Amino acid sequence: MRDVAVVAFAQAPNVRRDSDRNEVEILMPVLHEVREKVGLERDDIDFVVHGSTDFQAGMPFSFVGALDAYGAWPPINESHVEMDGAWALYEAWVKLQTGEIDTALAFAYGKGSPGDLVDVLRLQLDPYLVFPLGIDPIGMAAIQCRAYLEGVGRTEADMASVAVRDRRNGMTNPCAQVTGEFTVEGLLAEPMFVSPLRRHDCPPISDGACAVILAAGDRARDLVEHPAWVVGIDHRIEAPGLGMRDLTVSESTRIAAEKANASGTFDVAELHAPFTHQSLILEDTLGIDAAVTQVNPSGGALAANPFMVAGLTRIGEAAQRVLDGAAGRALAHATSGPCLQQNLVCVLEAREG
Amino acid sequence: MTEHSLTASHVVEYDYTRSLGPVLSHFVTGLRDRVVRGTRTKSGRVIVPPLEFDPDTYEDLGADALVDVGEAGVVTSWAWVHEPRPSHPLDQPFAWVLVQLDGADTPLLHALDAGGEDAVSTGMRVQVRWAQDRVGGIRDIACFEPEGAS
Repeated sequence: MRDVAVVAFAQAPNVRRDSDRNEVEILMPVLHEVREKVGLERDDIDFVVHGSTDFQAGMPFSFVGALDAYGAWPPINESHVEMDGAWALYEAWVKLQTGEIDTALAFAYGKGSPGDLVDVLRLQLDPYLVFPLGIDPIGMAAIQCRAYLEGVGRTEADMASVAVRDRRNGMTNPCAQVTGEFTVEGLLAEPMFVSPLRRHDCPPISDGACAVILAAGDRARDLVEHPAWVVGIDHRIEAPGLGMRDLTVSESTRIAAEKANASGTFDVAELHAPFTHQSLILEDTLGIDAAVTQVNPSGGALAANPFMVAGLTRIGEAAQRVLDGAAGRALAHATSGPCLQQNLVCVLEAREG
Repeated sequence: MTEHSLTASHVVEYDYTRSLGPVLSHFVTGLRDRVVRGTRTKSGRVIVPPLEFDPDTYEDLGADALVDVGEAGVVTSWAWVHEPRPSHPLDQPFAWVLVQLDGADTPLLHALDAGGEDAVSTGMRVQVRWAQDRVGGIRDIACFEPEGAS
């Protein structure tokens, strides 16, 4: 495989409601910042791809307008995925593997505040047998949560400890949204939301954007001192029907991790777990040992979860630790769909694998 | 000068009709007639709701593979909704449930009207509450209820 590395990452502050700025205005400073970090001009980037969903803006082809944040004239080589930006990065990685390009920009934006995100997310469900029930992703996650707790023997206290960890970690991340010092006892005293989930088990609704620049081989070595080499990346999907899946594990994460060679130890792991129990499922599945691996130093998706962005943010945050020289080996994970339906695993290393 | 906004109604429509295909058509027609159907896979598993393909071998499973299952079964997992949203099928607090119907090997997702959270547990037996007016859709099952409730 061709050596490809993350060389820059930037993100917008994640907020509940960025009412003064539209999507382009949120994106533009992020896209400028990520280029300035490695001194690349607009025309130095061979391929641009982004992830977002028109369902959030409620307007067909609204994603095309987001290109104004980058500038599409003179014409650029460009693509879009109606998926989390992590999958945009995957497309960029594949294109780099073809040898046609040497640099690529993957970005993502999501503005959850204008609409009702819970009802928007319902639209991704089976239109015949599930959508008419009126169920939403929180109800589905709660069913998964109980299946996991009763099947594996974990507790609501284990879940609360994930929220305590991620919100505490988020205090060091100026872009995080829900942060602070909490205790397991204090969180467990809060009322149920959709049992067995409490509010702290669920992700915040966020407005946000992020961007990652990839470069191949010597181009990456020229741009930064410590490229975060992508030594493994893979994604897998499971059946949409909850009844068809074992909800106590994440089989697609397991297979993606195997294909991405995500074994051994990591200094850092950034997991895209919008719900606390999903972090536990992922840690179990990926065999993460919290004694040697720092999990979600950014605060993860519980501290900020802009829809279509948070997965790419995990790759950016993990890569940033390698770029900074703070981590030698980092694991990043992104998810999409209800109850961890689709999962991407990315392994980043300071040295070429 | 008076201040007013010009307004016009805009209805977003998906103005198409679609067939549910050779398998789901039988499933929803069965619900209209108060029968729940699944598909039997090559290995003998019964999948509810039915699929057009065998999830183990990916072979085509047509209408011939359909079998009837019971209208009562066991709760395999559940979630309690304290405050129903407008989209939800019940106005009062209720449970989302996965129900493995008698004769099925996979659970069906639906709602359970149980009165209170304390009345729900994994492993409890529940039965279909049929809708009064059935039109051939998943909502022909109004919801589930504890077995023997009516």
